[in-house]
Amino acid sequence: MDDMTKIVLDYVKKEYLEEDDDRELNENTPLISGGIVDSFSMVSLKRFLEKKYNIQIPDADASPEAFDTVNSIVALVNRFLKK
Amino acid sequence: MSNIGSYEKRLADFDWSIGEKELGYKKGDPINIGWYCSDRICHLGNGSKTALIWEDYQGNVKHFTYNDIRLLSNTFASFLSNLGLKPGQRICIFMDKIPELYISFLGILKMGGICQPLFSAFGDESLFTRLDNAGTSAILTQKKHLPKVRKILKQLPELKHIIVVDAADSALREREVAFAMEKAERIESFDCYPSTPETPSVLHYTSGTTGLPKGAQHVHYSLISQYLTARWVLDLQPDDIYWCTADPGWVTGTSYGIIGPWSNGVTQAVLDSGFGTERWYAFIQKHRITVWYSAPTAIRLLMRDGIDIVRKYDLSSLRHLCSVGEPLNAEAVIWSKEAFGLAFHDTFWQTETGAIVISNYPGMPIKPGSMGKPFPGITADVVDPVTFQPYKERGKVGLIALKPGWPSMFRTYWKNETVYNGKFKNGWYICGDRASIDSDGYFWFVGRDDDVINTGGHLVGPFEIESALLEHPAVAESAAVGKPDPVNMEVVKAFVALKPGFEPSAELDLEIMNFIRKKLSPLAMPQEIEFVKSLPKTRSGKIMRRLLRAKEWNEPIGDISTLEND
Repeated sequence: MDDMTKIVLDYVKKEYLEEDDDRELNENTPLISGGIVDSFSMVSLKRFLEKKYNIQIPDADASPEAFDTVNSIVALVNRFLKK
Repeated sequence: MSNIGSYEKRLADFDWSIGEKELGYKKGDPINIGWYCSDRICHLGNGSKTALIWEDYQGNVKHFTYNDIRLLSNTFASFLSNLGLKPGQRICIFMDKIPELYISFLGILKMGGICQPLFSAFGDESLFTRLDNAGTSAILTQKKHLPKVRKILKQLPELKHIIVVDAADSALREREVAFAMEKAERIESFDCYPSTPETPSVLHYTSGTTGLPKGAQHVHYSLISQYLTARWVLDLQPDDIYWCTADPGWVTGTSYGIIGPWSNGVTQAVLDSGFGTERWYAFIQKHRITVWYSAPTAIRLLMRDGIDIVRKYDLSSLRHLCSVGEPLNAEAVIWSKEAFGLAFHDTFWQTETGAIVISNYPGMPIKPGSMGKPFPGITADVVDPVTFQPYKERGKVGLIALKPGWPSMFRTYWKNETVYNGKFKNGWYICGDRASIDSDGYFWFVGRDDDVINTGGHLVGPFEIESALLEHPAVAESAAVGKPDPVNMEVVKAFVALKPGFEPSAELDLEIMNFIRKKLSPLAMPQEIEFVKSLPKTRSGKIMRRLLRAKEWNEPIGDISTLEND
């Protein structure tokens, strides 16, 4: 698992699961469609990514599909890192 | 042919007894919503008809017939009674949109409990506020939500039973008990509580401009409004497959996600998944949804993804679309006609009204952007905000007002009769929204008359947010207002003055956002935080939210003569 995937996964676990929530979460777990992160909570996750990686993610790209898994989030961030 | 037929004819000869007769209810009989939504449909010979098609985010599907929900709601009712729960006690449902939520709702009503559905994304503080106020005796939940309940348990001595629907007994702690609906014995016969029309049924918490959220209490007689509006506005017919996207933690999800469709004996489909454009279209295609009741926020997200995606799916089953929660902008109505060949019909109502009160109807021309006209049996008008007299002239903006007495009107705010009485002025129930009426009798929404924030179709009270912000160690003062948002209509923006020793930063901004999200809910989370040196206040120290809000909306600031400083 690369650094970014681990950072994002750890952040999601820390911020979006309760302390004694024992659900397994990996880079392919559906976050939005699985009800772990809702569309409002997505805003704080987007804010974290923008601050952490010093990027701007346009609202049009911040779709539920793009945020649905840690893998898709990492792909999104990498897209904007290259720009 | 629509159920309502001619709106004008219905207006002319309307009486709420129409709903009573269709339901087979006679004055003096007991009336129990749980019974009418399950047993009665079976007695009519439709026990083997599908009541619920449920699908989760992984595509797993379950079907329940009306006989299934009759038996399983009996099972819930029996279990709750055997725990020692009594009629009149408040029993909270704190679950995702799983079958147990829908069926336990009926079970609670059948044993005479007062059902208190709460949105499962609420944080522990939001949960505590509502359970404490209601003096809730039991909560039905899932193991994933248990941590939030456990965090506040010590402060809730009246909460005697935490019923976990998906956990083994061995994993549970004090006051917790496991109950597996599908493994429990199905109870053929349960002595339904003989509720009267005025027996309390459901307690829905709703935010106001001042203070903490209040419990709008409904009664079993609300069934008459919910049944008839589901028939005439949503046009539910015997062969329909109906999808209401609302979560039953909110009133739409109970009035029209349980009571409306099931009292009409209609099949409904539920998707227990987060929003996804293609997910939603695939669901409509798969289950051949015919009537779809959704929210403007969701419709705007669908619009953003465009029409090309719509064409990838066969949505030809759709025949009637309605929307709820916030005003539906004209653009969305026009877009839906192009995308689906059908216009979304806007409907207006509130937690306090219990059912639709102003709406667009099948067969009646829609004026895109208009709320529509009053439901037959509802006297609605626009009144002067000072005298509370209806305006004589059309086109003038005033307060939406309803003549009290429709079946689903809330009967009180729980333990807050003073605020309840304050909602009635000059013989009218005042909704708290502003509108005008045009020369054709169509209502046009203008905005809230108070500081309540309507975000994604849900009301959030600024006081609750500000109080929570003050609990953050860095915050000295706070104000919460709604700021415009193209998808959600409004989102929360917080103005924060920091304590000495704290400086604004991106890290603090995110920390405060997450703090509120976890304490209250994702809806209450400020999507923008502006750090300020001080907040505008009156000379008596009251924060002038309307100044902050006016700046966000580019509106005139109005009278600032009471402002403490320039």
